[in-house]
Amino acid sequence: MSVLVYTENWDGKFKKLSYEMVSFAAAIAKEMGSSLTALSIGHVADEELKSLGKYGANKVLNVQDDRFESLDNKALADAVAKAAEAEGAKVIIFAHNNEGKAIAPRLSVRMNAGMVSGVNGLPVSVEPFVVRKKLFTGKAFANIQIKTDVKVITFAQNSYEIVEQGGDVVIEAFDPQLSDDEFNTTVKETNKITGKVILTDAEIVVSGGRGLKGPENWGILEELAGLLDAGTACSRPVADEGWRPKEEHVGQTGKIIAPNVYFAIGISGAIQHLGGVNSSKIIVAVNKDPEAPIFEAADYGIIGDLFKVVPQLIDAVKEMKANG
Amino acid sequence: MKILVLISNVPDTTTKIRFTGDNKAFDATGVQWIINPWDELALTRAMELKEKGGVESITVANVGTKITEPTLRKALAVGADDAIRVDAEPLDAYFVAKQLAEVAKGYDLIMAGIEASDYNGSGVGGMLAELLEINSVSAVSGIDLTDGQLKILREIDGGTQTLEISTPVLTVVQKGIAIDPRIPAMRGIMMARKKPLKVVPAVEAETRTDFLSFELPAPKAACKMVEEDNAKELIRLLHEEAKVL
Ligand SMILES: Cc1cc2nc3c(=O)[nH]c(=O)nc-3n(C[C@H](O)[C@H](O)[C@H](O)COP(=O)(O)OP(=O)(O)OC[C@H]3O[C@@H](n4cnc5c(N)ncnc54)[C@H](O)[C@@H]3O)c2cc1C
Repeated sequence: MSVLVYTENWDGKFKKLSYEMVSFAAAIAKEMGSSLTALSIGHVADEELKSLGKYGANKVLNVQDDRFESLDNKALADAVAKAAEAEGAKVIIFAHNNEGKAIAPRLSVRMNAGMVSGVNGLPVSVEPFVVRKKLFTGKAFANIQIKTDVKVITFAQNSYEIVEQGGDVVIEAFDPQLSDDEFNTTVKETNKITGKVILTDAEIVVSGGRGLKGPENWGILEELAGLLDAGTACSRPVADEGWRPKEEHVGQTGKIIAPNVYFAIGISGAIQHLGGVNSSKIIVAVNKDPEAPIFEAADYGIIGDLFKVVPQLIDAVKEMKANG
Repeated sequence: MKILVLISNVPDTTTKIRFTGDNKAFDATGVQWIINPWDELALTRAMELKEKGGVESITVANVGTKITEPTLRKALAVGADDAIRVDAEPLDAYFVAKQLAEVAKGYDLIMAGIEASDYNGSGVGGMLAELLEINSVSAVSGIDLTDGQLKILREIDGGTQTLEISTPVLTVVQKGIAIDPRIPAMRGIMMARKKPLKVVPAVEAETRTDFLSFELPAPKAACKMVEEDNAKELIRLLHEEAKVL
């Protein structure tokens, strides 16, 4: 019996999310009295694979097969199913991100498993298997029991702290033995945005709304973000107007993010906007309207003109950095 | 090309969420029902493709009781050619996918939303593709059709990819697939009344999950306010009190 965690890599590297997930999976495995296997598909150096052991993986299955680079959803689900069967996995864990959402539902059907997505924190219990997740875009929670023998879950980023526990890890090559006709996706072109903090990874996010009045005023937000190594985001009308690139749009119909700090500058805090950011640890609001709903969601706030406040924030951050 | 768009019937996104009976069930009293925003964008893109040519028909399908019919009529008013309602309470993602698998055969392109805005499940699309044993692409933010060949734009972490894939295919669509959802026009609403809405009985299927209970989030502590001319204090609080900078 085992727990299987799917650890994707980004150009051969793992990131904070990977270690969060392995820590989370290790805690579930411990609770169930079982071992933890991580599944890695792609070219990842042994040293990097070994790092998963630090967070509680007992074994890493290493699949090196270039055909998976096209991220064919069906082939990936088949590969994970083969690994899960080989390991006798009872719980299979993905990240609640693009790749996890693409594979987990297919896999759950393959494995006759019940699935819950966006699981928040450790299971309420493992016997019966009950997990907690957010519903209605953060407006409620539910406790959900998975009734099948095998369970599939996707893990909500930032809902579990990384735990280092150090231990031996075995790395094994694994070949799921898929035939060529299982791969049907052809990638014609890939466009990567380079040189910018990826929004869903950012620990700090500086976000602007219609209160900025126009694209020409974004310099101060970019300066603040640059000083804080932060990602930049925006509200939907800002992206719709073309003031900012559309990949910066956060909210119910945009990206869902959960940074440590979210700066909402000149954003009213509409319910659909909050749906994308209400899992942030700390929300900071700057708005000239004391009645703006953003202040109900925020932890810290300044009522005032952003064009006066943001330059002061920039100075204060510079000072903080200068003082170490 | 025949397109099927999956439609989930969800509470309006501004609904105040309440639960009844010891927090065991969602309180639907007074709720305004809408087409799930992603499904609405999927339908909008399907319409755009049809107007450009090469699309024979657009069908919408939903698993729901009679209360979902106004939502399906709205989809017809937006421009779908016909609608299918599988007559059942949508108990969980697997149950819904099983029902849809019965009516989703024979389409070249199936479009599902990345999630429903009520239970945020992200499950039905992928499950349906697996049940139908067809290809699927998730995180789709663009679909084009030229000479019967689909070109799909997919979001990956930190970028996008353009793909080709053979049909039949199920696409799980998200932000970007269409900009503004189509609003039905008067003429559309009139025509929708005469379009076919077929009610299909449910098939036997299990559920694999049980919603045991619901909760509202704990009330949040009040926002700590800092004076407008004292932004420095805010940075100090974030650094020393919240310890996030
Ligand atoms: C189905 C649906 C889905 C949606 N999805 C999303 C989504 O994903 N993301 C999203 O963001 N929105 C979404 N919306 C739109 C949402 O309802 C709001 O309209 C939007 O978030 C408002 O953007 P905003 O806060 O930038 O603009 P506004 O609401 O116009 O707010 C601007 C704010 O700036 C303040 N301000 C102005 N000048 C200054 C100044 N000089 N100094 C300080 N403050 C100032 C104002 O007081 C105001 O509060 C959705 C709507 C619907 C119906």
